[in-house]
Formats: sequence, C-alpha cells, structure tokens
Amino acid sequence: MTKLVQYPSGAYVLERDADRTPVLETYHLGIDFGGLSAVNNFNIIVGPTEISGLIGPNGAGKTTVFNLLTKVYQPSKGTILVNGHDTSKMSTVDVNKAGVARTFQNIRLFENMSVVDNVKVAMHNSMHYNPLTAIFRTPKYYKEEKRIHQKALELLDIFNMSDLAETEAGSLPYGAQRKLEIVRALATKPSLLLLDEPAAGMNPNETKELMETIRGIRDKFNIAIILIEHDMSLVMNICEGIAVLNYGRIIAKGTPKDIQNNPVVIEAYLGKPEQED
Amino acid sequence: MKKTIRKIFDKKHISRTISYLVVIAGFVIIQLLMNTIGIKSLFRSLLVPTCCYIVVALALNLVVGVSGELSLGHSGFMAVGAFTGIIISGLLEPYLAINWLRLLIAMFVGGIMAGIVGLFISVPVLKLQGDYLAIVTLAFCQIIKSLLNNVYLGVDINGLHFSFVENRISLAQGGRMLLSGPMGAIAITRLATFTAGFLLILFTLLIIYNLTYSRFGRSIMAARDNRIAAESVGIHIRNTKMLAFVISAILAGMAGALFGLNYSTLQPAKFDFNLSILILVYVVLGGLGNMTGTIISTMILYALPELLRGLQDYRMLIYSIILILIMLVTNNQTLKEKTENLITKIKSRFLKKGSVAHD
Ligand SMILES: Nc1ncnc2c1ncn2[C@@H]1O[C@H](COP(=O)(O)OP(=O)(O)OP(=O)(O)O)[C@@H](O)[C@H]1O
Ligand SMILES: [Mg+2]
Repeated sequence: MTKLVQYPSGAYVLERDADRTPVLETYHLGIDFGGLSAVNNFNIIVGPTEISGLIGPNGAGKTTVFNLLTKVYQPSKGTILVNGHDTSKMSTVDVNKAGVARTFQNIRLFENMSVVDNVKVAMHNSMHYNPLTAIFRTPKYYKEEKRIHQKALELLDIFNMSDLAETEAGSLPYGAQRKLEIVRALATKPSLLLLDEPAAGMNPNETKELMETIRGIRDKFNIAIILIEHDMSLVMNICEGIAVLNYGRIIAKGTPKDIQNNPVVIEAYLGKPEQED
Repeated sequence: MKKTIRKIFDKKHISRTISYLVVIAGFVIIQLLMNTIGIKSLFRSLLVPTCCYIVVALALNLVVGVSGELSLGHSGFMAVGAFTGIIISGLLEPYLAINWLRLLIAMFVGGIMAGIVGLFISVPVLKLQGDYLAIVTLAFCQIIKSLLNNVYLGVDINGLHFSFVENRISLAQGGRMLLSGPMGAIAITRLATFTAGFLLILFTLLIIYNLTYSRFGRSIMAARDNRIAAESVGIHIRNTKMLAFVISAILAGMAGALFGLNYSTLQPAKFDFNLSILILVYVVLGGLGNMTGTIISTMILYALPELLRGLQDYRMLIYSIILILIMLVTNNQTLKEKTENLITKIKSRFLKKGSVAHD
C-alpha cells in the first residue's frame, strides 16, 4: 500500500509526499559527547504527511536525535532543515516556531499548573497582547484570554480531556499525562510532531487507543509525526517508514515489512546467533 | 454581578482576594485607631516605611517566588528610586505646589529609572543559566551605594551642577544641594503619607496578580518549573525572566521614592546589602510566591522589632536563628514530616474545639 521512493541522498520518502518540500531533512547529522559519538552521520527525510518510526536498542541514540532536532543539544556536525529552512542558527524556541513540537521520554509537564493552563502556555505565541494590556486589563486582554481558553478546551476535547481541564497536571494518571504532553505539543501548531516513547508504561488497551490517537492526529491536523517506540506492534502497525538506529548510526531504513525481515536489524536487537547460548 | 462575586471567591482567585482584604483591613483598622484613640508617634513613624518594605518584598517575591531567580540587589533599586524621586521632587518644588501630584510624579520617575537600571542588568545576566543574577545584583547593590556616596548634585538658576568631588560645585544665590555625597539628601520636603503607601501596596498587588494571571505569568511560571519543556513550546526563557525582573525593579524603585520622601534627610548607606538580605528574609519567611504571607511576614518582622525597641539588639540574631530553622525544616525530611504532623495535629484540635464534625 505505502510505497517509498529513494532520494539521491539515499533517504526514503513516501511516494505521495515525493513532490512536496519535506518537513524534515537531516544531512550527516552528528554529535559527540567527549569522545563518545552518540549520533553519527544521521540522514533522514520526512515527508509532510508521514508517520515514521525511529527504533533501536537502549542507548542507541534515539532521544539524542530528538534533542538535536529541537536544539536541546547543538549538533557537532551536519545540517537540519525544517520545512526547507536551515536550523543551524536557531534555538529550541526558534525551532518550535519553525514548526517542530515534541514530547519527552521522562514526562515534563508543568505539574503545578492545571491541565488547561499547560495547554495555554503552549499557545503563548499565538496570543496577541502586551504586558501593559495584561497589567491594566484592557478589553483586549479579556477577549484574547477568552479566545485562547476556548481553543485550549476544544483541543482538549478532541482527546476527551476537557472535563479534566481544571485538574492539576501532576495529579493526572500516567497515561493521561503522556496524552496531555501530546496535546500541549499540538497547541503550538507544529508541522512535525516528535513523540518520545509515547506508549511507555501504558497497558495494551491504552496502547491500542494511543495508536488510533496518533493516526487521528496525522489525519486531523495533517502533520508529520516521528515516534520513538520500543513497542514493536505499535511501530509496525502505524509507521509508514522506519529508521533503525544502533550505536548512533542508522543501520536500516524502509517500510515496516523491509525492517521486520532485515537480518541486520534482527541481529542488532537479538545479538549475533553465535554469541548467544 | 453574581458571576463577578463568584469569581472573586472561587478557588483560583481566593489567594488574591485574601491579599487585598488583608491590606484593606489593615488600612481601615489603623485609620480608625488614628482617628479615635490615637496612636503613639513611634508607631505612626513606622507606617510609611512598613508600606515601602511590603512593596519591595512583594516585588522581590515576583522575582524569587514567581520567576525563580535570586536577586540580592533590591535595596539598590530602592536607592535608585529614592534618590531619583528626591531629585525630581526637589526640582519640581518651585513650580508645582500640589504635594500629592509631586509625590506621584517622583514615584513614577523613580520607578522608571529603577526599571531602566534593572533592564541593563538583566539583559546580559539572564543570558546565562545559574545563579549569576544573584552575584551581579549583589555587586550592583554595592556599586550603587558607592556611586551615590560620591555624587554631588546642586541646582540653581543656571541649572543642574554635578560633580564627583565635593566643593567643586559653586551655586549661585538661592541654589540648593540635592545630593551631597555620603551625607545624601538633606532638607527633603516630606511628601510621603500612609495613604500613599497603602495605595502603592494595592497597585503592587494589582500589577503582580494581573501579570500572574496572564499569558506572561503562565510563561514565567512555566520557565521556572521546567525550562526545557517551556522552551520546547516556544517560551523564550530570558524574556519571561527579564519581564518579571524589570517590573519588580520598577515597583522597588517606586517604593524607594516613597521611602526617600518620608524623611527629611537620607543617606545612601541606608540602602546597603543588609537591607537586601532583610527583604529576602521577609520573602522567604512569607513563602515563595505567597503574597499574603509576604505582607504579613514583613509587618511582623519589620514593624514588631522596631516597636519592641528592647529587642533591637537581638533582631539580627533572631533573624539568623529563624532563617537557619527554616532551612533545616524545609531541607530535612524527618523534621519536615514532624512539623507537618504537628500542624495537622493543631489543626484537628482546633477543628474539634469548633465542634466541626469530620469523618
Ligand atoms: N548529555 C549527555 N552527555 C553525555 N552522554 C550522553 C548525553 N545524552 C546522551 N548521552 C549518551 O548517548 C547515548 C544515547 O543516549 P539516548 O538517550 O539517545 O539513547 P536512547 O536511544 O534514547 O535510549 P533509550 O531507549 O534507553 O531511551 C547513551 O550512551 C547516553 O549515555
Ligand atoms: Mg530515549
């Protein structure tokens, strides 16, 4: 069903996205942590409507890739293009404004704030009033606050979380916290959503629901998604393209089917047959 | 109408309502006392300074409690506001006879000056992560004091005369010295009133609460609670912290101007590092981010020892002991649990006395 086409760089992209500017391109991306090269020569291209997976054993460098893409770490080598724009001079904030939003492997919510305020924080840049308006509460303040409150509730409603709006974020159950992180990321209106192990700690039912949610996000918001995940059934089910990372290098790229049958991947996950016993 | 009333008392805004009520109640009670049985002049002389310290403590809590940065230079902002206010008021005196208007202008300009200084400090410093703000504001507070100790400023019909050296200024007939180095300002016309102090506290609360319940307040707290998460959703950390810091400096400057215009003479030495620490103590004991607590702790810790003159000698000692205890309690898990247990015990005992059924 989904077909990948290969670019001259060796990267793959979905056939339906082939003529459009990719939402993300990386060339020779790499970072060293004092001698240890955590990510090396990382090349991918992600089309604007693609759900792709980034998988690999523990410590392979997956989270580090997300930290590079969002400029939490500055790359030692290579180039990142977001919607065709070079991000080498951008900060984390600029990258978000350019269209990249993310969640975190170890949840990072604003725990003491309410659920709806967590979402509203992320809508800061789409609000238009200055500090004086805020301090002296002109009608514009009320208008904007009302508009954004409504928007935040609408967004929460899509994820069936609007009745939790006034709950303190830190007191939510684990699964709901992961979901709220996704909602918060979406509130910045990204064109690329990075999900770091969204199913971690979820039971099979929750994982199934999450799968539908992720597909729903792509269809409703028309954006690209990259997800890091250890749950293989989830990855194989919803990802259209997959890159496998091991020791900071991409060892395989392709459709779920290609990856499942790739001996190099199997070896990376299970170790060489001779070594086992 | 009903909706507004409900809004004032709902869970989210109750702390704000309590702050306003405490301040208004305090003002009304003191006014009543003054107009009926009368109050001692010692107590009366403490009213304006207490208001000023409350404002500076509230302003500092915006930086320390709400935005999570440490500033040790708020006495410096007070100094900038105080001497700016004194100069402005002195310059305006021959032209503007309305006292309250002159006070208002002096406070406004004093606040703006302190805000500009605060902006200059925070632009380079807040680029860095860590406790650099504390170090730089500490230095700033010392620099301002040394600078003011060496400034001589006079005014006559020919205009302003300024020098770093005494005796360099020769004023024409009818000229006055506005600042005279370590002696500071002398023969200040005292404009400050308790009502002005009360209004400034209300204004400060208004600014702090309105800022907190806005998109800026949300970003300031987000940046404090989780820097990386805040950046990942497009919050510019330095801008949010700068906003809190500059507004805080403006408020401290306004309080400084009111403070300065409450005395007939004022020396720069008054605004030393100890004062910054004292105000920080009010904030820490009142509770980080807790405005009502800050107001109450300032009233108790500033006004009480002044009233009980006998305790004056031991004030610093008492502060140190309380501060050490607080640090121990907040950082020690077992002590923390014990105090919490104690508090719940006391609470339940009180509830029993009030015969409130609990299950
Ligand atoms: N800031 C850092 N300083 C030094 N080393 C780091 C840093 N961040 C990551 N690393 C190292 O880089 C390697 C890759 O880490 P990373 O967190 O990206 O792995 P991962 O693929 O996300 O693993 P997991 O599946 O366990 O989340 C690890 O060896 C890690 O120790
Ligand atoms: Mg990881």
